[in-house]
Amino acid sequence: MTITHHLTDQILLAHAGGALSEAFGLVVAAHLSMCDDCRARLGAFEAVGGAILETCGTVPVDDGGLAATFARIDAADRRTAPAPRRARGPLPGPIADYIGGGLDDVRWKPAGMGVRQAVLCTAEGATARLLHIPAGVAVPDHGHRGLEMTLVLRGAFRDEGMRFGPGDVEIADAATEHTPVAEHGADCICLAATDAPLRFNAFLPRIAQSFLRI
Amino acid sequence: MMMFLASNSAFSDACIRPVAYVFSAPAKIRVQEGLGVVEDAASDDWTRALLRVRDGRDREAFARLFRHFAPRIKAFLRRGGMGDAQAEDCVQDVMATLWHKAHLYDPTRATVATWVFTIARNRRIDMLRRVRPEPEDLPWGPEPEPDQADALALRQEAERLGVAIAQLPDAQRSLIERAFFGDVSHSEIAAETGLPLGTIKSRIRLALERLRQRLS
Repeated sequence: MTITHHLTDQILLAHAGGALSEAFGLVVAAHLSMCDDCRARLGAFEAVGGAILETCGTVPVDDGGLAATFARIDAADRRTAPAPRRARGPLPGPIADYIGGGLDDVRWKPAGMGVRQAVLCTAEGATARLLHIPAGVAVPDHGHRGLEMTLVLRGAFRDEGMRFGPGDVEIADAATEHTPVAEHGADCICLAATDAPLRFNAFLPRIAQSFLRI
Repeated sequence: MMMFLASNSAFSDACIRPVAYVFSAPAKIRVQEGLGVVEDAASDDWTRALLRVRDGRDREAFARLFRHFAPRIKAFLRRGGMGDAQAEDCVQDVMATLWHKAHLYDPTRATVATWVFTIARNRRIDMLRRVRPEPEDLPWGPEPEPDQADALALRQEAERLGVAIAQLPDAQRSLIERAFFGDVSHSEIAAETGLPLGTIKSRIRLALERLRQRLS
């Protein structure tokens, strides 16, 4: 897999600091599972966090803090540690966790004109969903008031003259006017996260437009 | 909102360049209000202490880690706005996690301070009842021990990074600190951070490549 569209420094710094909502965090975690370069970049930002931890000063802890911590350790030692989370199939592990399996287990719902969607999580005003876009069809025109991140899982789409294939992530803000169109030949499956609940609107004219272009 | 004013991009290839400023830096960083000094020699000690915890369940080594990191974790959490009692509880939880997950610590990918920071950050997110999805784990391959030279090189890069952060203009450093205290939203973070991260990123990338080779 050759990934050409990566996470931005803004997104990685926000994730390193713990500022991303669950939906955007899911897109980041899925991309990191596919991209060691971004994993290393995140590691570099986390090293900044480590340096800040060393230099942000000290606040005395309770006198009994160490003993209380040993008590916690001894209590928990009797429980078993969780197994490492590894890839179980072709989907990135974090997405498989949400679906509870593979793409065959997704409960798709129609979003119009052959496009299907499945909402995975909504928290803190941001939503992550899977989109299944038939080959050659445009992603429905949709409102997003803020950030939008789209990670390709299968197939590919084209947008603004660029190609986004598996592992690639497109990052757009509210000012971005874009019309991703699934490539011919294969359906495109994406994970998309948006700041506001995604509202599909007026997609009929947009899809008609894309058909005219074809 | 433009948070960070410096113009160098941390990750362009051109930025993997000699960190000459490191060697012209004073041996000890000037201590500013609220700031401690990065303890140059100690970083190696913390790695060894954590390995003693991992391999020997060494309580004395853990106590030394606790005495160093617990007050720093508490300061970190308090700077992020957490109340005293909750921060105290969180510190104990973070340090207990350090004990339980010591076998997952990889000194070629993170210093002990960085690893402690990630545990504290994740615990803070838990306490706010938020969810942070994590990527697939990259556990150890068949070879049990990481390369000592790689671990040393990473610690040196982390020390240089600490010096570079201390030398940032106050306003810029303060904004970056706030991003790590959990005090800003993603929309407040600008594209250019001015942080010299190219070399440490390359170090971690190399460690990941070696890990992938061992796993395959």
